Amino acid sequence: MENLNVYAAKMAPQQEFLAGGHRACQGCAELLAARLVAKTLGHDYIIANATGCLEIVTSSYPHSAWEVPWIHVAFENAAAVASGVEAAVKILQKKGKYPVDRKITILAQAGDGGTVDIGLQALSGALERGHDMIYICYDNEAYMNTGVQRSSSTPYGATTTTSPAGAADPLGQHTMKKNIVEIAAAHNIPYVATASPSYPFDLMEKVKKASETPGPAYIHCFVPCPTGWRMAPNLAVSIGRIAAESKVFPLYEVVNGEYRMTVTHKKHRPVIDYLKPQGRFRHLNEDNIAEIQQQVDKSYERLLKKVKMSSTELD
Amino acid sequence: MAKRVGIEVSLAISEAVKLAKVDAVAAYPITPQTHIVEHLSELVAEGELDAAFIPVESEHSAMSVCAGTSAAGARTYTATSSQGLALMNEILFIIPALRLPVVMTIANRALSGPISIWNDHSDIMSVRDTGWIAIFVENGQEAFDLTLQSFKIAEDHRVLLPISVNLDGFTLSHVIEPHEFLDQDEVDRFLPEYKPAVQLNPDDPVSMGTVGVPEIYAEAKKCQDEVLKGSIKVVKEVFAEFAEMFGREYKVVETYRAEGAETLLMTMGSVSETAMEAIDKMQEAGRKVGLIRLRLWRPFPADDLRAEMGSVKTLAVIDRAVSFGGAGGPVAGEVRSALYNVDDSPYIASFIAGLGGRDITVDDFIEMVDQAEAMAKVNEIHEYKMIGVRE
Repeated sequence: MENLNVYAAKMAPQQEFLAGGHRACQGCAELLAARLVAKTLGHDYIIANATGCLEIVTSSYPHSAWEVPWIHVAFENAAAVASGVEAAVKILQKKGKYPVDRKITILAQAGDGGTVDIGLQALSGALERGHDMIYICYDNEAYMNTGVQRSSSTPYGATTTTSPAGAADPLGQHTMKKNIVEIAAAHNIPYVATASPSYPFDLMEKVKKASETPGPAYIHCFVPCPTGWRMAPNLAVSIGRIAAESKVFPLYEVVNGEYRMTVTHKKHRPVIDYLKPQGRFRHLNEDNIAEIQQQVDKSYERLLKKVKMSSTELD
Repeated sequence: MAKRVGIEVSLAISEAVKLAKVDAVAAYPITPQTHIVEHLSELVAEGELDAAFIPVESEHSAMSVCAGTSAAGARTYTATSSQGLALMNEILFIIPALRLPVVMTIANRALSGPISIWNDHSDIMSVRDTGWIAIFVENGQEAFDLTLQSFKIAEDHRVLLPISVNLDGFTLSHVIEPHEFLDQDEVDRFLPEYKPAVQLNPDDPVSMGTVGVPEIYAEAKKCQDEVLKGSIKVVKEVFAEFAEMFGREYKVVETYRAEGAETLLMTMGSVSETAMEAIDKMQEAGRKVGLIRLRLWRPFPADDLRAEMGSVKTLAVIDRAVSFGGAGGPVAGEVRSALYNVDDSPYIASFIAGLGGRDITVDDFIEMVDQAEAMAKVNEIHEYKMIGVRE
């Protein structure tokens, strides 16, 4: 990965723009990711935040954890609100009416429900219109804020409060996780990536690239949720690593339509290593796990084909 | 100098928006609002209006984009109708709570179902309690003038609330009328540049739209209602300033030949002009009948309404929307509340007419006056009567 070697923990910006003292659960990877994103973008950016965990734990009036301008309007419209902020800053700067004449990065952030379900239309509209902004989906694979209900980003076989594994229906979620990354890429936007706070420098590099790319950028960030996934809080970071190592959540980017893996592994772990520590998969039997292994292998193969087809990246 | 222009009312509104030098327009097409936003996008494309035109994928996003542009400090405009307004509903509540002075034209149209593209007031009545200032216009000149005035009212730091300017879809939006346009320098003198009180700015970061815990939610809502109620003072000030500068006078409650009237018809919107004809005809016949029109629907001008009730014995309120299962039309309900504890308050008859594009004729107005006076005589208890409906 280009320039990755210049990143080291001690070189990461010291300043925090997402302050501590917020109300997130122990081991929340969403807040960890959001903090890294904030660090990377620094001072000159504006956030449009969807309703969700990230919004409520950081903004209970009269407190706010945000040290950058931040607006929350509703659940499904972070992309639209960010579109407006972007368009306004651009026109006001052009007219000499905005108080800051430096480049301002516009960031929309939402959870998986606010992105892949209720926010999909607004997201598609914003990507299609080509606003110069970053959209980050913090995907914890269910509606965690309302009490772990299934979303279309919930993986096959996960039990949630609305896809419960029961005596008559022992599987849990029956559907495959919606591939929102491909949907974003299908808008032919210049930058799409997956990321994970378990790989902080990869995440920060991608956020930096996204902010430097003119036009829309979409980052799909995998954020383990100990509360919803029914696992120990101290596993949040390691489970994100295992997700990448087991091909469950590969880390890659799509730059102008060209696919490239950004984190590769010589040897992959079996999915059982990923499933086992999580209570939401505890009910699965051997056949279920074999089925999931097959699904994961298949979608990883499909991804690799795209990487190989991206000829310029065959170095 | 001001010039007279014969132009479609929709386009006159777009010209007013251009003269207001808006920074951002976000809109989604819906009949009968389309001509307004088409013309605005054309003005932007031709370089006559230096604004961001954001052609969104839905009205929900239109209003959400407006939240973003306005919060970033841009003078913001949008327009919609009917289903579009209904789709915006969720965000309509949030705009005034964030104190964002968005100006929106609503080309009033019936709500589905059955689907209808024609005019009534069911769309605006369905968003009555969202916290927007709501103004009604009766003709093209009013639409032009009040669009301009709306920016000034909305952006006043004592207000900072959104405004909807309501005009009847098709029956007003699509007609060609003479308008007296104002010149750019006249508008600039009347309407200074928008100076946001708070704006999204990295050098002075704020958090907007934070969580309202039970300890503060009620205070936030009370505060919002106080500001909305207090805005009537600014509305009147702006009306007065406009009259002073350009000679056209507006009032929150308008009357027509109402002096000494014992019966008043009450209307909102473009049917008022037909109602005036009916009043003329009835006065010629010696009847003591006048017209009262609500220009301002929110905040409800209760004091101004009460002040006009002097000699009035019967008030016939015409609604152009149904409050299903309720006790009459939404306007009549409001008027009854405003006058209930008032000494010698008039008998209030509630009529619903003109739904989904059904014409209200001069004869219909006369019939309503006849019925209202007959009902008043026997103090008839009723909820509402629908006029011009086949039963």
